[in-house]
Formats: sequence, structure tokens, C-alpha cells
Amino acid sequence: MGKISLEVNGKKVEKEASDNTLLSTFLREHLQLTGTHIGCDTSQCGACVVHVDGNSLKSCTALAADVNGSKVTTIEGLETNGKMHPMQEAFKKLHGLQCGFCTPGMVMSAVDLLQKNKKPSDTEIRDWLEGNICRCTGYQNIVAAVKEAATKM
Amino acid sequence: MKDFNYHSAKDSKEASKLASSSSAFLAGGMTTIPSMKLGLATYKDLIDIKNIKKLSGIKVSGKSVTIGAATKHVEVSNSKDVKKAIPSLSSLAEGIGDPQVRNRGTIGGSIANNDPSADYPSACIALNATIHTNERKIEAAKFFKGMFETALKKGELIEAIEFQIPEKSSYQKHPNPASRYAIVGVYVAKHKGDVNVAVTGAKSCVYNDKEMSKALSGNFSSSSIDGMDLDSSEMNTDMHASAEFRASLVVTQAKKAVDAC
Ligand SMILES: Cc1cc2nc3c(=O)[nH]c(=O)nc-3n(C[C@H](O)[C@H](O)[C@H](O)COP(=O)(O)OP(=O)(O)OC[C@H]3O[C@@H](n4cnc5c(N)ncnc54)[C@H](O)[C@@H]3O)c2cc1C
Ligand code: FES
Ligand code: FES
Repeated sequence: MGKISLEVNGKKVEKEASDNTLLSTFLREHLQLTGTHIGCDTSQCGACVVHVDGNSLKSCTALAADVNGSKVTTIEGLETNGKMHPMQEAFKKLHGLQCGFCTPGMVMSAVDLLQKNKKPSDTEIRDWLEGNICRCTGYQNIVAAVKEAATKM
Repeated sequence: MKDFNYHSAKDSKEASKLASSSSAFLAGGMTTIPSMKLGLATYKDLIDIKNIKKLSGIKVSGKSVTIGAATKHVEVSNSKDVKKAIPSLSSLAEGIGDPQVRNRGTIGGSIANNDPSADYPSACIALNATIHTNERKIEAAKFFKGMFETALKKGELIEAIEFQIPEKSSYQKHPNPASRYAIVGVYVAKHKGDVNVAVTGAKSCVYNDKEMSKALSGNFSSSSIDGMDLDSSEMNTDMHASAEFRASLVVTQAKKAVDAC
């Protein structure tokens, strides 16, 4: 048991949690931020991707304790004043989602890509999304959405 | 996941002092956390080594590239110094898993774990690496002992891995399309005296293929190993590839590597 202090989506939070608390559990169950999804729980699917200190990671494979003191951004933190982030707009406009289960992780991963590579090619987008699995869309519209967002960000 | 005590160590000394027969070091956690979640491993203590400054970073000298054990895959693949000194090592790091795995996973964790399909062990063998621990120096050829087994003693901490810069080298992997682990990966490195052909994914542990090394040391051309019929009796068979297919893939990937040198 220890104290976990994080800055989540711009707000400071402090809560007690047992040492085996995963970051995904901390976000979903301690902070009720259920936008971060759990798909596989075995580090494969990417539904749980969030940003920690500006880099994407799989929150089901990190301990809350080992990111203690960091800045965390989840899907809930992307909007500004009720307005969707350009990546979310692009996914909506170009049908980059169907059931939406993979979408939070897909969007967080794609936003990290554009932080590092402002104009990615189709191949670079597909390579980057290696760790994000979607059972619905067939990926075409996701790639199109990331390209569209790249023109807006 | 069963509960444990989390500790963050300040330096190597503290880390090895905290270690016991029921502890593990926590580097990127990309192996430790999934195996604990699946109940394949349980520990009483996890000793986080990410915050030990001495364990991170990359140093290049005339003859070698030394990488701190807690250096992340993304740091190796982004390093201009590594790209210049040993480009094949930089592209190996870039081909591990996916961006989120590369943002967390470390070189020390990868070689300590010694997964039979992991990429870095082949680089250690091909590039005549020396593994520096808090107690001693171990040659790569003596470090990888068997499936998930290394020469490390309980509580021994890898501090850095020193790679010899080769004249030419290339790593060619045939990845599993889902996990990106190597079904077969071959790292060919031409040093002044001889050629190493390190193979991962094919057997229970990484190895240097003596037959191909000898042929390529005589004549460094893919034609000298073309059609080589490797013994597949000790090779792995699983749902992805049979032993015979792996034997054939080893030659194909080795030829590709030589041609890419
Ligand atoms: C989805 C996925 C895909 C992957 N794909 C690939 C791939 O394509 N190729 C590949 O090679 N790997 C792959 N990996 C593994 C990845 O490269 C990790 O780096 C590796 O699993 C272990 O590194 P880690 O830093 O996460 O170690 P941890 O999980 O933190 O530790 C692993 C083990 O190493 C020990 N350890 C860690 N650091 C040290 C040290 N300095 N000294 C002594 N012991 C130490 C720990 O005690 C523990 O037993 C993949 C992993 C995942 C989850
Ligand atoms: S839930 Fe974390 S990778 Fe699938
Ligand atoms: S939209 Fe259903 S899994 Fe991707």
C-alpha cells in the first residue's frame, strides 16, 4: 500500500493504492475514468493506451506505483471546453470506428504518432499502430482518419 | 495479480541488497507484469531499477558501443550515435514489438529474460558483447545458457552491455505477424578476423551457427551458404512454423543479411 500522486488530465490526484495496482485499474476503478478500455489485458491489443509524460504506453502493463509523480493523459483529457480533439473529429468524420472498443487506445496512440511525426505516410501510420488491434473496421478508415487529423493538427 | 511490495532503488547497491530468492527487478515490466498477471510468476518484492541513473544511456568509443541496462528500446532506435556506429543494432531496436513496448522495454530486461525468440540476444552473440554486471564481466557466448536461462546469479544486476563495432553487419528477422517476436532472426556480423551468424527463434536458445560462420569467414558472399542443409533436429516446432521450415528460414534470413551488409 502506498500513496499514488499523479497529474491526470491536468488535475492533481492523490490516492492510496496497493502496490500491485495497475495503472489501468487506478484510472478506471480509483478515478472512475472508464474511457481507458481493457481489451486483452495481456499487452497485445492497445485498448488501454494512455500518455505518461508525453509518451504512449499500455496502462494494463504498468504499475501505478512505477509511474508515480508523472503526468498522465487519458482519452477524457483530449477535449477542450467540450470540443473534440482533431483526432477524435477525424475518427468520427471518416468512420474510423464501429463498435468503438479499440478507439480510445487507437486515438491516444495516433495522437502520440503525430507528436513525433507530423506528416506520416500510410506505411508509417500502419507501422505505428502495430500495437493497436481493431476487430471491426479493417483499419482503412483509421489510417484515413489519422491522415486527415495530420492536416488539422 | 497477487500482491507484492514495490521498491524503487536509488543505486545498484541498494537494488542488489533488496534482492532475494522471491524478488525480481522491474525494468520496463513488459515481461514481468504480464507473467505475474497470468500467474506464471509470483514475487514478494519488485525492485524498480528505472530510476538508477547509472543504468541508462549510450556511450560510443572507437571500438565499442556501451548501452546501459535500463535504456529503453526507443532510446536505442532513436540514437544517432548507435545508427552511425552499428546501424543494424538501431534497426533491431526499431523492430521490437510496437511503439508502446519500445517506450517501456529495456535492453537489460530483454537479455536477462532470454526469451528464445527475443531479438537482442542475437545482437549480443553476433557483436561479441560483454555483459557488465554489478559483480563481474561476462562474455555473451557464456551468458545465454538455455531457454529463459542465463549465467546471472540471483540478485545479480546487469549494468551495461558493451557491443564490439563490426566492419559490417545486418539483422534480418522473419517476425511473427501478431507479436513481432522472431519466428527466426539472423544477425550476421563481419569482424576483422571472423564472421558471426547468431540465430534467434530457431532453437530453445540463441546460438552462433558454426557451419555458416565458417563458410562466410572463408568467403563473405551469400553464395557460400546458398542451399545449405541445416540440421533441424533441435529446432522448434509450433503453430507458426515447423522445424524444417525454420531450418530453411535460417539460411534464407542469413543470405538476406549478408546481401544487406
Ligand atoms: C506485446 C509485446 C511484444 C514484444 N515483442 C518483442 C519483440 O518483437 N522482440 C523482442 O525481443 N522482445 C519483444 N517483447 C519483449 C520486450 O522487448 C521487453 O523488453 C522484454 O520483455 C523485457 O524487458 P523489460 O525491460 O520490460 O523487463 P522486465 O519485464 O522489467 O524484466 C524482465 C526480467 O528481467 C530481469 N531484469 C530486468 N532488468 C535487469 C537487469 N538490469 N539486471 C538483471 N535482471 C534484470 C527482471 O528481474 C525480470 O526477471 C515484447 C513484449 C510485449 C509485451
Ligand atoms: S488491455 Fe492493455 S494491451 Fe490490451
Ligand atoms: S471499432 Fe470495434 S474494435 Fe475497433
